[in-house]
Amino acid sequence: MNMTKPVLLATLLASTSLAAHADTLRWARAGDALTLDPHAQNEGPTSALAHQIMEPLVMRDMTGAMVPALATEWAPSPDDPTVWVFKLREGVTFHDGAEFDSEDVKFSLDRAMTPDSDYKELLASVVEVRAPDKYTIEIVTNGPNPIMPNNLTNMFIMDKGWAEANNAVKVQDYEGGEDTFAAKNANGTGAYKLVSREPDVKTVLTINENYWGKDEFPLDVTEIVYTPIQNAATRVAALLSGEVDFIQDVPVQDLDRVANADGLKVITAPQNRVIFLGMNQGDADLANDSVEGANPLADKRVRQAMNMAINRDAIKQVVMRGQSQPAGMISPPFVNGWTAELDAVPATDIETARQLMADAGYGDGFSIQLDCPNDRYINDEAICQAITGMMAQIGITVNLDAKPKAQHFPLINKLETDFYMLGWGVPTYDSEYIFNFLVHTKGEKYGSWNGTRFSDPDLDMKIEALASETDLEKRDQMIAEIWEVVQDEILYLPIHHQVLNWGMAEKVDTIVAPDDAAHFKYFMLK
Amino acid sequence: MLAYVIRRVFQSLIVLLVVGLVAFSMFTFVGDPIDNMLGQERTDADIARLRAQLGLDQPFPVQYLRFLENAIQGNFGVSYRQGRPVAEIIAERAPATLELAFVSGLFAITFGIGLGVFTALRRNGWAANTIMTLSLVGVSLPTFLIGIVLIYIFSVELNWLPSFGRGEVVDLGWWTTGFLTASGLKALILPSITLGLYQMTLIMRLVRTEMLEVLRQDYIRFARARGLKDRAVHFRHALKNTLVPVITVTGLQLGSIIAFAIITETVFQWPGVGLLFINAIQFVDIPVMAAYLMLISVMFVMINLIVDLLYFAIDPRLRVDRTAAKG
Repeated sequence: MNMTKPVLLATLLASTSLAAHADTLRWARAGDALTLDPHAQNEGPTSALAHQIMEPLVMRDMTGAMVPALATEWAPSPDDPTVWVFKLREGVTFHDGAEFDSEDVKFSLDRAMTPDSDYKELLASVVEVRAPDKYTIEIVTNGPNPIMPNNLTNMFIMDKGWAEANNAVKVQDYEGGEDTFAAKNANGTGAYKLVSREPDVKTVLTINENYWGKDEFPLDVTEIVYTPIQNAATRVAALLSGEVDFIQDVPVQDLDRVANADGLKVITAPQNRVIFLGMNQGDADLANDSVEGANPLADKRVRQAMNMAINRDAIKQVVMRGQSQPAGMISPPFVNGWTAELDAVPATDIETARQLMADAGYGDGFSIQLDCPNDRYINDEAICQAITGMMAQIGITVNLDAKPKAQHFPLINKLETDFYMLGWGVPTYDSEYIFNFLVHTKGEKYGSWNGTRFSDPDLDMKIEALASETDLEKRDQMIAEIWEVVQDEILYLPIHHQVLNWGMAEKVDTIVAPDDAAHFKYFMLK
Repeated sequence: MLAYVIRRVFQSLIVLLVVGLVAFSMFTFVGDPIDNMLGQERTDADIARLRAQLGLDQPFPVQYLRFLENAIQGNFGVSYRQGRPVAEIIAERAPATLELAFVSGLFAITFGIGLGVFTALRRNGWAANTIMTLSLVGVSLPTFLIGIVLIYIFSVELNWLPSFGRGEVVDLGWWTTGFLTASGLKALILPSITLGLYQMTLIMRLVRTEMLEVLRQDYIRFARARGLKDRAVHFRHALKNTLVPVITVTGLQLGSIIAFAIITETVFQWPGVGLLFINAIQFVDIPVMAAYLMLISVMFVMINLIVDLLYFAIDPRLRVDRTAAKG
């Protein structure tokens, strides 16, 4: 009789250690990666999957901090400020056994700069990539570029030999028609190897036994089964029924349900995405308003009034069920240039706002169309509806026009909207990225997302100068000055920072990455 | 006969061309794929370049003609979203949809006829009345709600059946099937019921009405008078005569099961062509949308054509009229 207990215990132990041996994490999110070609699509789910298999030179860890990946050290060259020098990690092999060296990096970066690459903008300042020796890479830019490494965190390195052998030297392009090998296969240096992939159905990854970081990272997850589940209710049901262990987008209305379920939990963190409204303040007259011969939005007092009329706390409580962080600036909190003072939420003050409207000559109000997406941001249409009511309080009649994103975003691009919603994430974690796209005058190279028609040549010069200012202290000062203008002009009406909710089984131990990219090598299993 | 067939085929071709034209004129309203295809970092120059490259700067009749020109050569283009040939993607997805449609159809026919006969025979029984009442629910509830309710009961609460996907599938080279594995068969149950419920109730009500009609006929009375057993009367004589209209309706419904699997596939993340189509709409993946719509219209046109030809073969009056008209 006494013998059975230890035997049972031993069996139990054996079975648990066995179970721990193949620790599968079943992962679901709304969308699938579009391709495995690392340079074809610069898009969230695509690079999130690529990050498991392939690695960049430097990467963001789960807290958003920049950490070494395939490069161990990096710094501008002491002799020439236009050259960045990266020391590469030695003794790394690709999944097929090929050795990793500077030739692969040069090949990959050159590949990412070809016209079909979706990453070429991030490398726009690069003149040449040199590989002086086996473990050194030099990136030459057309002027000093102080934040070069920030642009490389999603720039994945492929094996040159593999790409050449498999006809994958060229980036997959849409027009070509041929099905490229690299779109369906992958050979990286990452912690996980690709086992099988059916697009939109299932992707299976297994641990890379030869991973260079096997002593550095937990690597508790040894197998990943990734299934996109589009329908939010089905995704939550799959988590509740235990068919998946980890989902990345829990709808706000289901948060309590998941959090209260046995064996499940929800963890939350601010996302690298800010939601705001843009206003046409440059044109002499607006197409979509009731005022003839004048542009009410060009009057700063009107913009001030609108900014005061938005009750961001009410949006947080009612529309977002507490899942947002009201914002005072259009930069997510992790970004260089963000300060708590700038992000302080403007007080809601209807009285003053009405007075400002009256001073501007719009005491009787006006009407304007607000264009809003309905399938892009969390509760986007509902936020716009709330804002419609808030604007009515100061006499602005908002006609809401909510459409799918495929119809909404072209309006901003073609300057066909006067009042619109937009969200912005900052992959480089630096304000320059925001200014380049949202503040600089719209033109060929800059300002492609600036739908405000705002144009200030002095400010444009300052923004362009940021790219080559190597004195970081001075550069930060310039960033602060630009923010001052943006805030003072009320270029945009910030609403809130989105909050990420990850739902998972109790056994999964992780933090939420602000860029919504789960790096499974950091995950721990209890 | 030959002239009739040729004329019908010719009409079908015109229908196809019109469907294509209408589809292409609608694509402009779905949105602009360019923003989805290029990342956040795109410049205005990139947008213009890609638009020209894809021919999206052309008016829609030109885009349509170009599509037709390629389609005739068997080339349906490359998906904007997946970057792979559309024909290949659809061929890969078709087995999932066809298997789901087949099982739903089987479910609808079996239960539809069975319950239809039962409710007709026990016209005033409480069981028949309950079934009739419940069938109203089946007709009036939207598909996505039925799907979600089934998932909630059988996956979340009871944990019996999977809530999404196709389970393990066996790849036969040219076809992937879920019929050969336990998880594949289990995964088929909830989506098939969801998709087939409407058709089942429709068939059931049709069978019931027809059956009641037939049971009133004289020959049934004579059969009974001959002293035949109830079973023989009901199943050998009555049911057989009920089935003629049922078969016609079922044939046409099969087409709509395939075409309208879209919602069921979205709810259950079923990797078929319906889910592919929904994704294509959200992404404005014009090549996929165009190919799917053409495929579905070809299917409907074919079914109609076959039905028409069958009528022609079965119903001699059509032929007589033709000759009479000529004379």
